[in-house]
Amino acid sequence: MSEMSAKKVLFEPIFTNNPIALQILGICSALAVTTSLSVTLVMCASVIAVTGFSNLAVSLIRTQIPNSIRIIVQMTIIASLVIVVDQLLKAYAYEISKQLSVFVGLIITNCIVMGRAEGFAMQNPPMLSFLDGIGNGLGYSIAILFVAVFRELFGSGELLGFTIMASVNDGGWYVPNGMMLLPPSAFFIIGLGIWALRTWKPDQVEEPDYKMSAHKTREAF
Amino acid sequence: MEHYLSLLITAIFVENLALAFFLGMCTFLAISKKIEAALGLGIAVVVVLTLSVPVNNLIFNTVLREGALSWAGLPDVDLSFLGLLTYIGVIAALVQILEMVLDKYIPALYSALGVFLPLITVNCAILGASLFMVERDYNFGESVVYGFGAGVGWALAITALAGIREKLKYSDVPEGLRGLGITFITVGLMSLGFMSFSGISL
Repeated sequence: MSEMSAKKVLFEPIFTNNPIALQILGICSALAVTTSLSVTLVMCASVIAVTGFSNLAVSLIRTQIPNSIRIIVQMTIIASLVIVVDQLLKAYAYEISKQLSVFVGLIITNCIVMGRAEGFAMQNPPMLSFLDGIGNGLGYSIAILFVAVFRELFGSGELLGFTIMASVNDGGWYVPNGMMLLPPSAFFIIGLGIWALRTWKPDQVEEPDYKMSAHKTREAF
Repeated sequence: MEHYLSLLITAIFVENLALAFFLGMCTFLAISKKIEAALGLGIAVVVVLTLSVPVNNLIFNTVLREGALSWAGLPDVDLSFLGLLTYIGVIAALVQILEMVLDKYIPALYSALGVFLPLITVNCAILGASLFMVERDYNFGESVVYGFGAGVGWALAITALAGIREKLKYSDVPEGLRGLGITFITVGLMSLGFMSFSGISL
């Protein structure tokens, strides 16, 4: 564990150990906020800030926390950080905070934050934990930005409010794919995204529960 | 009465926590390999939601809401920013108490739910339902119905997914899609199916 370099800790979660695609963490909020890119960017910034600082805080007091109440301590730290983020958003970006509605609050139960605090920050020094938090936040961001770009581009032909493909309603040529704005498309895009990632890095493919055995003619008789 | 029935149907089918709001996804995907486990977790979620949403509703309306403390001579105090911390604390405490009560009085149910109860504290569906309750300004009666309905909807979704996955493991799925990938696609199709309920209004 000691030779873990800062670079590795920061960049590994982005592709090789992506929290969403591989560790199945934090999917809850990932899908609901991805209908438009600007909202997603705000969500990413909030999550990166919370994972980074909660890892830092947990790691700073890791030797003082009694083992039996560590979950509650972590939960309190995370909840306080989320309240700060929530209040900041309400003060400076009210419109976007309305669109994010309950999902800022749900960062508390985002398994990435809790999982990294418990799994990494409790054993590692503060600086390294901070970077690990940032890295995992970035990995989460890459995954949800990927989904958001697809959904906004094909759902309304726009990116960040700028028209990329002029839609039919505005006299253009692109017929918007309404399904992209509905919940199911997020599942499809993540599923296909995982497929693409695992084709690129085949070592992430899961073992099948059952194998098809080759057909033998003898068995037919 | 009709209002409550409509709220119940909406909470179960139209605004299904798992399939329309993506809440509780982590457990939804992780514990849906076997029907028995999924059903156990589903029942635990129903119980905890039916208790935690009304309790949070009471706390919000009597303590946290702006001006709620006027009986104590503090009419200007607005504690609603403490909401998040309070709800998660209430949920954690409630799960702990429920665990102890079940262990003492209904040991059979306790051993059936055992492993799933602690998992529920970090299930976003539980916190999400409380936050929706606050956002939509439900009164006490509505929050009981909403909590129960949201729980039943979530339980229905996870049990259905577990049923599909039990059959799915015998099929020959392309390599990269195996496991997590195909599960996402399946959930997407289920969510598409549940959208057909959105036409229901009572």
